[in-house]
Amino acid sequence: MKKIVLMGNPNVGKSVVFSRLTGTHVITSNFPGTTVDYSQGTTCLDKERVFIIDAPGTYSLNPSNPAEEVSSRILNEADLVVNVVDATNLERNLILTLDLISRGIPLLVVLNLWDEAKHTGVEIDVRRLEELLGVPVIPTVAVTGEGIADLASYLYKSVPLPPHESWTEDEKWVRIGHITSEVQTITHRHHTLRDLISDVTIKPVTGIPIAFFVILVSLWAVIFAGESIITYVSDPIFAYYLPFITQFSEWLGPGFVQQVLIGELIDGQIDFEQSMGILTTGLFVPFGIVLPYVIVFYILAALLEDSGYLPRLATLTDTFFHRVGMHGYGIVPVFLGLGCNVPGILATRVLETRKQRFIAATLIAISVPCMAKTAMIFGTLGQYGALYILMVIVVLALVYVTIGAILSRILQGECPEIFLEIPPYRKPRLNMVLKKTWMRLVAFIAEAVPYLFLGVLLVNILYATGFLSWFGDLLSPLIVGWLGLPKEASAALLTGFLRKDLAIGMLLPLNMTPGQLVVAVTTLTMYFPCAGAFAVLYRELGFSGLVKSVFVMVCAAFFVGGMMRFILIGM
Amino acid sequence: MIVAVIELQEGKNGTITEIRGGCGVQNQLRSIGIRESKDIFVVTRHPFRGPVVVRIDGKMISLGRGLASRIMVELAD
Repeated sequence: MKKIVLMGNPNVGKSVVFSRLTGTHVITSNFPGTTVDYSQGTTCLDKERVFIIDAPGTYSLNPSNPAEEVSSRILNEADLVVNVVDATNLERNLILTLDLISRGIPLLVVLNLWDEAKHTGVEIDVRRLEELLGVPVIPTVAVTGEGIADLASYLYKSVPLPPHESWTEDEKWVRIGHITSEVQTITHRHHTLRDLISDVTIKPVTGIPIAFFVILVSLWAVIFAGESIITYVSDPIFAYYLPFITQFSEWLGPGFVQQVLIGELIDGQIDFEQSMGILTTGLFVPFGIVLPYVIVFYILAALLEDSGYLPRLATLTDTFFHRVGMHGYGIVPVFLGLGCNVPGILATRVLETRKQRFIAATLIAISVPCMAKTAMIFGTLGQYGALYILMVIVVLALVYVTIGAILSRILQGECPEIFLEIPPYRKPRLNMVLKKTWMRLVAFIAEAVPYLFLGVLLVNILYATGFLSWFGDLLSPLIVGWLGLPKEASAALLTGFLRKDLAIGMLLPLNMTPGQLVVAVTTLTMYFPCAGAFAVLYRELGFSGLVKSVFVMVCAAFFVGGMMRFILIGM
Repeated sequence: MIVAVIELQEGKNGTITEIRGGCGVQNQLRSIGIRESKDIFVVTRHPFRGPVVVRIDGKMISLGRGLASRIMVELAD
């Protein structure tokens, strides 16, 4: 099968071209370097199937970070390279084009963002560019699909080899200078409102208050809209569901099957939050409580990403992240981790060195609560007032800063500086936002549901076999003596390996004081990643990295839990 | 007068004369469009040793202080 590779600088729209060509849905956003892993798909062109690979963005073919190494490797297997070029920034993009030409692989150049270029007053003579480069050039606007049919028609023709040329570094720049001056005319344009917003949001004096405002509004939107979905959609659905499941429970009659599927009856009734059966709590926690917040979060995340605000936030927070061994890019994994830790930890690949990635991934797993954790923190502590919720959040934030600062000092390795292009603001497109939200929701559900069922099943089996009370006795010095919690809380600790939301939910029936709940919730959030996050930590950090990371987590969780116990509960 | 970008005040601009540093740094900066004889404009400087944001060819780029101190410019008057 013919192999076609898409290559280009970061954030020029390769992934959009890719989804246009293959019909596959991939995540795209207005932040350089979103595609750190590569996607691949097949498509049918003129009755022949071809294989298309979307390579991560790269500025040149001298690999300087993991994403560029991946790109360079993929290139070796290509039959045809489609070089996606940002028409608004021809000069800089051409360096990669020349690198590709000297590789001697059949090459097509796609001039993407053609509309934006016209808009900003850049005009390019496409025919002249073709002549000078010696390869076909196709202008496109990938987000609307303009020019994609043209491109597709080239893909199954046999594209001639580019002229055999190679240059030294300096010759390349001379050649690029010559090409751009021949084909490009830039008309000066006046400052627009977009430029003004762009400047205001990146200057510290105005940008920092705006950033706080954006974050607060986002938080408020997640809470408000999430609660509304719960009140008007999920609660009514589960109210309809209750009579059916009650009947089913009566039909089953007492026994092990009822215990697993329905769970404990509270005052003779099914209680969705506390019964702990697969069909009761196992469905209610992910769909009734967590999913509504996740939906709102992902819509907001998509809006912030596609508008181009994130790189500005990265610049504004760079000073902070520098103190904890990272740089401004560190905001991206934290931000995604607030939705679910798994994509958050994957996103640590935007950082360059191993040290930075280790710090970022460990800190996410310890102190960036995912939506499932957050929903349960609100669910368990909300009834006692916002102060208790705030306590947990403040402690987690302090833990982030403290552990980050310690790790950045004791770990070996380099901490490179921020070096990030700030893209222009772009209006998010509704269909892109919805598509992206949908893909992430599907991933979330696929991730959450099996572990939840497993968790519920495991708890019930362990409970029935008496393991839980034995384990509770075993851990009681730690749980009762050190953390000041009831012995039964160890069951929650154990379930926390599989799903944190479920585990925090298990604390509800224990009748703890608000102080005890704060200690329990904080410790549970920090002490160990859930199974999904654990697996991805292993993938990203390797075995020894995982062990180190988990060691930091366990120590931090029990240290912080113990300290909070002395403050909140006393001896 | 020739100074490093890190020394430029907000709103000032200059022409790049030299990029100091090894091959890696030079390539890194050049491939993103920061090259000799280009005009560079300081959009803003972040306090507490934060990054410098520059505009070059109409594109905005955030640079750490180390990188910003390697880019030498001839001050425009």
